[in-house]
Amino acid sequence: MTVEYMRAITERYKSLGYEPYRWFRAEDPPAWAPLAKPLSECRIGLLSTSGAYALGQVAYHYKDDASIRRIPSATADRDLRFSHVTENYLVDARQDPGCVLPLRALGKLAAEGFIGQMADEAFSCMGGVYSQRRVREETAPALLAAFTAQMVDAALLVAL
Amino acid sequence: MCLVARHLEANGIPTLCLGSAMDILASGRPPRATFVDYPLGHSAGKRFDPADQLDVVRNALRGLEVMMQPGEIARLPNRWDATGHWRVEAARTKGGDTRQPRDETPRFQYEADREAARLPRCGPG
Repeated sequence: MTVEYMRAITERYKSLGYEPYRWFRAEDPPAWAPLAKPLSECRIGLLSTSGAYALGQVAYHYKDDASIRRIPSATADRDLRFSHVTENYLVDARQDPGCVLPLRALGKLAAEGFIGQMADEAFSCMGGVYSQRRVREETAPALLAAFTAQMVDAALLVAL
Repeated sequence: MCLVARHLEANGIPTLCLGSAMDILASGRPPRATFVDYPLGHSAGKRFDPADQLDVVRNALRGLEVMMQPGEIARLPNRWDATGHWRVEAARTKGGDTRQPRDETPRFQYEADREAARLPRCGPG
């Protein structure tokens, strides 16, 4: 039995007198782009929706921040930071970024040849944005342009 | 995340979504998803456990090769602990609001990050 987050969070907000959060609900089947080659030959891109940023970058704000950050894949763990509207889920990631931003794991998988290579930069955005319109019109196109420029063969998207 | 995955895929980039909330993944119907039954905040594995992180990411990525059904959600066998007691806290329906105030001030993890980003300190007014 998995945790029913949508029900639990909706009830919690309701008991506090808040409007429910409106999670995205897909009305139609997803598009499909088949993998063109074996993973061992693929360049893999990474997106983490954890609100990750690198030291020197501007943190996310919590009012529907629809922007993205580009984080060099070689960034040391000690220079990785997180800002996300639900900070309560960041306790462990702020100690070990690998919980939600698997740069080290992807690096190892590239080194052993499981994947061809990882992209030079990972991307982040902040989940929990209330405006689906802004995600559609700003975040998603920005990430498409960024991944396209990297010429990745596939992208791994990691939720917070 | 699901909205982004669907947009990338519609434009020719294969995606694999890795997440720890089955109901939210199912609602968003991304092209391919892997579910790991861990508390939120650990979708790519346990803290300070590089072997677990490698295992989670490796097995999630396999989905790119083996999944053939749009909207499929694979489930990893990994377990957070032997008791599963964390689910009680995760599923509670009472309690305070865990969200932070919503305004347009960048929320740096550390104050020193603000200086590193060359933003002025927050001050009155």
